[in-house]
Amino acid sequence: MNIKDIKKEFPIFDNKVHNNDLVYLDSANSSQKPKVVVDRIYDFYTKEFSNVGRSVHYLAVAATNLYENTRVLVQKYINAKDPNEIVFTKGATEAINLVANTFGQKYLKEGDEILITELEHHSNYVPWHYLRKSKGVKINFADVDENGDISIESIEKKITPKTKILAITHLSNVTGAILPIKEIIQLAHSKNIPVLVDGCQGAPHLKLDMQDLDCDFYAISCHKMYGPTGLGVLYAKKKWLEELPPYQGGGGMIGEVKKEGITFGDLPNKYEAGTMATAQVIAFGESINFINKLGIEKIEEHERELTKYGEEILRKNNSVKLIGSPKNKGSVLSFTLDGVHPHDIATILDEDGVAIRAGHHCCQILHEKLGLAATARASLGVYNTKDDLDQLNSSINKCIKIFNS
Amino acid sequence: MDLKDLYQEIILDHGKNPRNLGKFENFNKDAKGHNPLCGDKVHVYLKVDENKKISDIKFEGHGCAISMASASIMTELMKDKDEKEVNELIEDFLKMIKDNPELKSKIISDDDKTKLMSLSGVKKYPMRVKCATLPWHTLISAMTNKPGEVNTEKAD
Repeated sequence: MNIKDIKKEFPIFDNKVHNNDLVYLDSANSSQKPKVVVDRIYDFYTKEFSNVGRSVHYLAVAATNLYENTRVLVQKYINAKDPNEIVFTKGATEAINLVANTFGQKYLKEGDEILITELEHHSNYVPWHYLRKSKGVKINFADVDENGDISIESIEKKITPKTKILAITHLSNVTGAILPIKEIIQLAHSKNIPVLVDGCQGAPHLKLDMQDLDCDFYAISCHKMYGPTGLGVLYAKKKWLEELPPYQGGGGMIGEVKKEGITFGDLPNKYEAGTMATAQVIAFGESINFINKLGIEKIEEHERELTKYGEEILRKNNSVKLIGSPKNKGSVLSFTLDGVHPHDIATILDEDGVAIRAGHHCCQILHEKLGLAATARASLGVYNTKDDLDQLNSSINKCIKIFNS
Repeated sequence: MDLKDLYQEIILDHGKNPRNLGKFENFNKDAKGHNPLCGDKVHVYLKVDENKKISDIKFEGHGCAISMASASIMTELMKDKDEKEVNELIEDFLKMIKDNPELKSKIISDDDKTKLMSLSGVKKYPMRVKCATLPWHTLISAMTNKPGEVNTEKAD
């Protein structure tokens, strides 16, 4: 893969930040967009726009076909059995809320337990939290170890006869830990516990195979996959989508509506109430085409090599403390610096055009466990190079110089 | 934009070695402040005497250089000021950070004004303004016995 050519496909890199080339190291937060995705949104609105799934005119039929094409592209990308197992949502957050809400409504009662981990992003904790009040359920947390990893044993230890669902991240957005989710899913299934995987960081970086993983639910954030904002995907096994109640009511999700009662539409319409993010869905098809063109295995390999390089140079820098050294690490490099607060690091790096994130990264439970109020985080995408990481390191040295001179 | 405006010597000095850091026994007013976005925390302790004068002030907390320097400089300037002066200084500081190019108050020396103006660098960094103002909002809360914690994401 020629990364210089790939970078050229992302118009954002034509811009300067404080007169410097942009070194974008915040892809775990949101990735940049290739031109094909941006153009697709423009083309759809200027040449092909119509609402989908309702009218029968030419544009409506064409738009509906484009919209459904993306569903099939997603299905194939994650190797789901059926396109109807793909539900579009406004984000991964909504995908998890959908499951927490409908699963909670139908299957959970007082005293039941939900098992999550200390690594979870707030979006895989807060949606379940509501069930504490409405259903009186308990939330248990599997312990993160000193490497920032979650072991199968730590999950097994927290499973009780009352555990009704396991919700777990695929790849930690702070420690970078890639969890052994296939084994974890097998363990949970052996105890009849369904599993939701928060795939926000998994889907953009790892090859996915829903049939092989056998998870019950998998949540995807499209804007982290070189796609548009305002869009997420919920993969759910068909039996769940058939069994669970609808999430939101409105147009498009109904069968028949009468004064005395309502029936709901078939899949996938049952979960897609109201006018959906049509342009974003259609443009997301281009994101998947973009990833497929490069090959997710190639992207994985490139990012693994970069992560290793980043770890190496940061470990050599005595002022840097890397957070998390999991067995299997995804493209996230969280760190702290002696004597410099992460927000000061982020501001100083920004001056050099180096975009990182500082804070708790929506993982307050994990930061409390680590005894840190905040960390700085550099995260990678397909467009990053070793030069970007060298620039990160030299800007870090500048921070140290400013604060220790 | 110039980083030197933001991270002036005086800020780095107060950020690294905050003055009046800690807690004292006989405080009679206190308040906590929290910026949940970056994790900055500050707890201001005051001893306000019968003449409504701040006879002692200290703070505990952790956060970025800007928030620690701001708390440090603030506590230095507030010692021995009475309620009216405290309010005037807070208002003057917050207005300077928001709009005013200079401090208007005449109750502090030119040297102290220079010290306080060293925080004006945050004006060019909108995301960092809250770092500088958190201790000041927390001081208001302590002075007025406002219940609950100051939260930068809830305050206006």
